[in-house]
Amino acid sequence: MRPAVLDSGHRLSARALFAVIRLMTRQPVVDAVKLAFYRKDFYGAGPLTNEAMRGPSQWSVGERELMAAFVAKANECPFCIAAHSATSGLWYGDDAKVAATLADLDTAHIDEPLRATLRVLGKLSREHSVEGDDIRPVLDAGATAAQIEDALAVSLAFNITARLANAFDFDLASPAAMTAGAKHLLKRGYG
Amino acid sequence: MTDVARLHRELVARVLGGDATAPREARRAAFDNAGLDEPTRTLVEKVADRSYSVTDEDVAAARAAGFSEDQIFELMVCAAVGAADRQYNSAMAALAEATGRR
Repeated sequence: MRPAVLDSGHRLSARALFAVIRLMTRQPVVDAVKLAFYRKDFYGAGPLTNEAMRGPSQWSVGERELMAAFVAKANECPFCIAAHSATSGLWYGDDAKVAATLADLDTAHIDEPLRATLRVLGKLSREHSVEGDDIRPVLDAGATAAQIEDALAVSLAFNITARLANAFDFDLASPAAMTAGAKHLLKRGYG
Repeated sequence: MTDVARLHRELVARVLGGDATAPREARRAAFDNAGLDEPTRTLVEKVADRSYSVTDEDVAAARAAGFSEDQIFELMVCAAVGAADRQYNSAMAALAEATGRR
């Protein structure tokens, strides 16, 4: 990662935790975890991300993970696309559904409220702003205002995370490490 | 998701006002993507608007200009949080507009 302090500047307690993770998962510690444990008192976005992704919502965990992957794609962030495609795919038990949604939103076999929501999250992530006319079709498709607000919380968390994953140059972990990470995110959330 | 509003507010307050190594004015400028001098201006602008284009050279240029690794980390975090914050605020305003007219 860059700056290098994100790889090697952790406190002893974090380094001890990384050793446990390596032992338990038999995988290297992925860069997202290294960032999460670097100076938590400064950045520490885990609780916000966890609330958006695992807090009470009319969206399922799988749908929110798919939103995260979709926002990652709009940010052109390979690490986050892989991590959250894996997590969403694991939740659905259907990697193809996730891949099809990222490949072509218009033809993917997903519910219309989700499709309309993803469309607006993509525009927001690429163009940095949206207007009332962008939101109205989402309501017309059947998403509630509360669901849109919840989706915007997912977008907030992952428009931060994907930017940082790109800017800090996260290594794309092996598929095995990504699968281990996805299992962890479904079991324990974002902390 | 009432907690999201609080956690969002706390994150912004922490990166802008919490104890850190970069001066608060610089963190604010990175958050706003405005008012910075080179080389941090380019680094911050890339994080905010096209994060996929950040290079090792962008980070090295900030180091060469005298910023520590922790200061660079902080400015990059502020740039990402600030840009996402503006997106979120835009969309929440759009949502209020769309629901208000129905």
